Amino acid sequence: MEHMGIEPGRIHFSWISSAESTKFVKVVTDITESVKALGPNKHFVKQDAKVA
Amino acid sequence: MLGYIDKIQEISERLLKDGSVDMIIGFRKGTVPLMNEPCFIKDPADVKTLVWDSNCGINLANYLTGRKEKVGIIAKGCDTRNIVTHIIEKNIDRDQLTVIGVPCKGMVDRHKVASLVDGEITDVVESEDAILVKSGNSQKELKKSDVLQQNCSVCVHRNPVICDEMAADAVDEQTGIDRFAEVSKVESMDTDEKWQYFEDLLAPCIRCYACRNACPLCYCPTCFVDENRPQWVGKTLDPTDTRTFHFLRAYHCAGRCTDCGACVRACPMNIDVRAFTKKLEKDVFELYGWEAGLSLDERPPLDTFKPDDPEEFVK
Repeated sequence: MEHMGIEPGRIHFSWISSAESTKFVKVVTDITESVKALGPNKHFVKQDAKVA
Repeated sequence: MLGYIDKIQEISERLLKDGSVDMIIGFRKGTVPLMNEPCFIKDPADVKTLVWDSNCGINLANYLTGRKEKVGIIAKGCDTRNIVTHIIEKNIDRDQLTVIGVPCKGMVDRHKVASLVDGEITDVVESEDAILVKSGNSQKELKKSDVLQQNCSVCVHRNPVICDEMAADAVDEQTGIDRFAEVSKVESMDTDEKWQYFEDLLAPCIRCYACRNACPLCYCPTCFVDENRPQWVGKTLDPTDTRTFHFLRAYHCAGRCTDCGACVRACPMNIDVRAFTKKLEKDVFELYGWEAGLSLDERPPLDTFKPDDPEEFVK
């Protein structure tokens, strides 16, 4: 995806066991921060057809 | 390469006559220049229609999926790699197949030839290293090496990987070429340039799915783009939908693509669809040291688990 022009830091992969609640919270926090820093996504957004 | 045909016809005739195959899959002359078409020969008397020249770019492995009969297939280096992939993926049995291997020196890019001559091409005469292209009242001689398909010019597996009969002596493999040069070029761009590069690349796409249909890897009974329930991907010409189709199709070919170039050859809009598959080919090669279709004994990296599989991307 990054090769195609999606910003590094927008896509994340993680492996979290259902027992790893603290890891889950940390990962979600990190992802939220990193995506917020990049701002709103510009790509892969389909404009709705304009209706009069 | 032109001289192979006598041997190909001789082998085909023999196999059909002695009953070792029910059918030969090969090429016959197409109805338009530069486009030989696949043909299925069941009668030994018809082997004379078989041809071999630099316009046999279609990947014949595409016609093997789910065949029940004993098949003889004429195969270039890349075709044999796709045949291996087919066998590994259980689309056909090795025992059903008689592979007639053809060492290949590269196929001619019909789009490139068309761009070099004026008007419609009416006839093409091929010699060992050149092709004479006739269009209207003029004719032009082109060196084959100048108009090779891009994937052929960076090919390092010209000789068949598996075969039961060889149509000619093996040719020298190309060495010292950077086969991922095009990918590296895109990799060196910044994020916005990359996005724009693929945006421009796919702008002419008309979603005809010729690339998918020509691809021997695309044999799903219902392709994800044709599925309606659930509908995975939008069916419009919106750039988002088009790009989703192309990159998802490429992912389905990851670790399986042999860079045979059938997709690019089939594209009526001359889009280099390989820009997607080649990147994945490079990644799989760098991460797993894997090249698709080289061995019948090894499972592809994406359907096996090894404890030392790279996983840096997983946090």
